[in-house]
Amino acid sequence: MSTVRVLVGTRKGAFLLSSDGKRKRWDVSGPLFTGWEMYHLKGSPADPNRIYASQTSGWFGQIIQRSDDGGKTWHQPGTPPGETMTPEGTPKGESNKFVYEGEVGKHLWYDGTPHPWEFKRVWHLEPSLTDPDTVYAGVEDAALFRSTDGGQTWHELSALRSAKGNLWQPGAGGMCLHTIMQDPNHPERIFIAISAAGVFRTDDRGKTWRPMNRGLKSQYELPDPDAEVGHCVHRIAMHPSRPNVLFMQKHWDVMRSDDAGESWHEVSGNLPTDFGFPIDVHAHEPNTVYVIPIKSDSEHIPPDGKLRVYRSRTGGNEWEPLTKGLPQRDCYVNVLRDAMAVDSLDSCGVYFGTTGGQVYASANGGDSWTAIVHDLPAVLSVEVQTLR
Amino acid sequence: MIRVVLPAHLRTLARVDGEIKLDIEGPVTQRSVLDALEARYPMLRGTIRDHVTLKRRAFIRFFACEQDLSNESPDTLLPDTIATGAEPFLIIGAMAGG
Repeated sequence: MSTVRVLVGTRKGAFLLSSDGKRKRWDVSGPLFTGWEMYHLKGSPADPNRIYASQTSGWFGQIIQRSDDGGKTWHQPGTPPGETMTPEGTPKGESNKFVYEGEVGKHLWYDGTPHPWEFKRVWHLEPSLTDPDTVYAGVEDAALFRSTDGGQTWHELSALRSAKGNLWQPGAGGMCLHTIMQDPNHPERIFIAISAAGVFRTDDRGKTWRPMNRGLKSQYELPDPDAEVGHCVHRIAMHPSRPNVLFMQKHWDVMRSDDAGESWHEVSGNLPTDFGFPIDVHAHEPNTVYVIPIKSDSEHIPPDGKLRVYRSRTGGNEWEPLTKGLPQRDCYVNVLRDAMAVDSLDSCGVYFGTTGGQVYASANGGDSWTAIVHDLPAVLSVEVQTLR
Repeated sequence: MIRVVLPAHLRTLARVDGEIKLDIEGPVTQRSVLDALEARYPMLRGTIRDHVTLKRRAFIRFFACEQDLSNESPDTLLPDTIATGAEPFLIIGAMAGG
């Protein structure tokens, strides 16, 4: 029987939530890495026992953790104590070394002045679709790194920052590269998204990149609302069967592209507010999309104190609120951009975590919800592995 | 023999309990202590000082003999009581962190 494993990153550690295919009873294990900010954990599609985790701290910086046994045990890749070199001559202790390649350069700072790139943390880890040892890391200040040795060493795909990086700027959460999507039909194609720079695409495995932001409008955020770069894209999503169709939750506006990001059009439709952070697509219905509207960029709370997931079965524009099992009064939590995911069981499961420490699950595509846990630290990220 | 006390999170990363004891040849300075520490525990590289610049991370402090030595030159000799192991060299997560 299939099972699911939900990987939850929080402000004070990581948790693994496991259930069988019914998704009624859950086993909660953790906290792992207690006290550390766990920005993201994600399993390899090619080997579900291989899980990568980003562990960060204001004191001690960035750590990469890896499990090769489905989360039972963890280690920093390539760093056993007492040995400084691998048999191949590679220095150890490199798994937490993220160094920008070439000239560091400058982006725009909060006040609009040039500011040099400074590495702060890994926001998102995206394992390769086919190779467990290859994994991408999206970092703050925004850049994309790749490891091909299971996270032991990292190298920047530095051409990305040549795509008008001098005009990128931080969003409220920092200048983070938060979304990495690999096109299953075109292995050389990768989409990434940065807040606040926009969407970028490579068609040659990272050698060159293009901004893909035509159609985005940021009227009160940028001096030129239609600028080629600088947009505060919060999240993008795709269905693997239809990688040319992309969905986006922007700072304001829910957007859709039908041409692999060449152009975007708004599909906010009847949403109560088109501000929000996460967006995801149903595992079996490429036109079914989920968002969680948040009142505004200056408030970051659910409208009217009601936590509602909105679902569109039409690829946008027509949205229905999903409320069964979710608090409909006095609820003022937020849901962050990496904190929603879907499983691929026959009846698609949808999961999201809140800054109030709840992780909600729906085993029926969003029709009804239950809280797996109520009182975790603030949830930063939620990923799901469907194990068969 | 130099005694080094790590904060709890770094002891977890290094998989050690209690104090660490290091043998250092030559002058005993912040730099030589950290070099020896990172050589034995490579997983600590980047957690106390930057990988490339080797500058102390902003929220790390170095205490010894009831003194804050954080802003001393990394090549300044540490007190004799540290060099002889009479007192430990303390690596601290600043109160402002966490």
